Amino acid sequence: MLTKRIIPCLDIKDGRTVKGVNFVSLRDAGDPVELAQRYAEEGADELVFLDISASEEKRKTLAKLVRDVARAIDIPFTVGGGISAVDDVGMLLANGADKVSINSSAVRRPELISELAKRFGTQCIVVAIDAKYLNNEWIVHLVGGKVPTQRRLFEWATEAVHRGAGELLFTSMDHDGTKQGFANEALNKLSQTVSVPIIASGGAGEMSHFLDTFVLGNAAAALAASVFHFKEIEIPELKTYLRQHKISVR
Amino acid sequence: MNVVIVDYGAGNIQSIRFALERLGATAVLSNVAEEIQNATHVIFPGVGEASYAMEKLCATGLDCLIPTLTQPVLGICLGMQLMCTHTEEGDTKGLSIFDTQVVRFNTTLNVPHMGWNTVEGTGVLFEGIPQNSHFYLVHSFYALPNENTVGNCVYYIPFAAALAKDNFYGTQFHPEKSGAVGAKLLQNFLAL
Repeated sequence: MLTKRIIPCLDIKDGRTVKGVNFVSLRDAGDPVELAQRYAEEGADELVFLDISASEEKRKTLAKLVRDVARAIDIPFTVGGGISAVDDVGMLLANGADKVSINSSAVRRPELISELAKRFGTQCIVVAIDAKYLNNEWIVHLVGGKVPTQRRLFEWATEAVHRGAGELLFTSMDHDGTKQGFANEALNKLSQTVSVPIIASGGAGEMSHFLDTFVLGNAAAALAASVFHFKEIEIPELKTYLRQHKISVR
Repeated sequence: MNVVIVDYGAGNIQSIRFALERLGATAVLSNVAEEIQNATHVIFPGVGEASYAMEKLCATGLDCLIPTLTQPVLGICLGMQLMCTHTEEGDTKGLSIFDTQVVRFNTTLNVPHMGWNTVEGTGVLFEGIPQNSHFYLVHSFYALPNENTVGNCVYYIPFAAALAKDNFYGTQFHPEKSGAVGAKLLQNFLAL
């Protein structure tokens, strides 16, 4: 049976993890490779690396990091953050990334999704969507959720999939950071709207939130950062909990 | 040991290389007939679209070479699909090593079938791997089960997750991305 996936997300700046992590047994908590290895060993099903650096050296640093991660871990991983060109994606995949996620650049120029899907296949193109609920509508936002657009969530999701997104990563800006649970109503509607897997993001605080997003939100995967980094939730325990509640996990 | 990964611009090669490195094996990339023929083990990877990949193979004559190989050959994902007789993707004729067809998932469930699913495997590739271990898959097309099937997987219908015939092997899943059980499967292949 196909399992639900648990995905820790690591924020990267200049080749280092930025959000504080609380892995006491790590030699270097800022080393993304060591952290990735740790998560892989604990049973994470996939990893997402979000590069938030903007320096000139970014491309080179990120390529090296991707290579180091690919060398070290034996589970799939996605790389995102500031990707706007077909060549960027080629470079990341050539260094061992399994998928790339694009966000603002896809909203600004939707043709990018089509170009990437055609060149590399839909299976490695994740379209990340940040949205906020405003005046009874889910409105797509850019730049980490700061800038509103004219786009509505469900329309944009449909177009993204039509253009070749193989997976959607949906973050509710209203839920992100609240630790009150995922945006399950919107997630469920999203899963009814499009036919690709949906990764739920934003709002994880307790183990029951993961259960809810799989059952009520119909998410294929759930992503979280701080609850894992700060060890508020441990992946082996989370998987045991989900298994006890009849969710198929690895 | 002299492992060659068939290089025809099919992506995903770096991950396979690293997975082999973790097992202490080095692999070279090649599209040169002589180098491939002289390998002890050949890995035939593949990610992307079938008709495009087949064109690339034909352009270098690899489509004729691969079926004549006598050492252990492992096709992964699209590589395995191209070893079948035909795939619906781009209406593409395959290498006809495995006597089965590749068709598209036709379901209201999510396509691609993406993530970790259980595989019931038999034979040398699965030696020492617990039954119903989870392997990582990403695919929209699947091989119909036939007498070459050595690994069974079920999405909404059963499909061939692994095939074997003589010296030829194929996995729909990515052993290089399937954690410890994937590493074990690769190790089993290298031990052939």
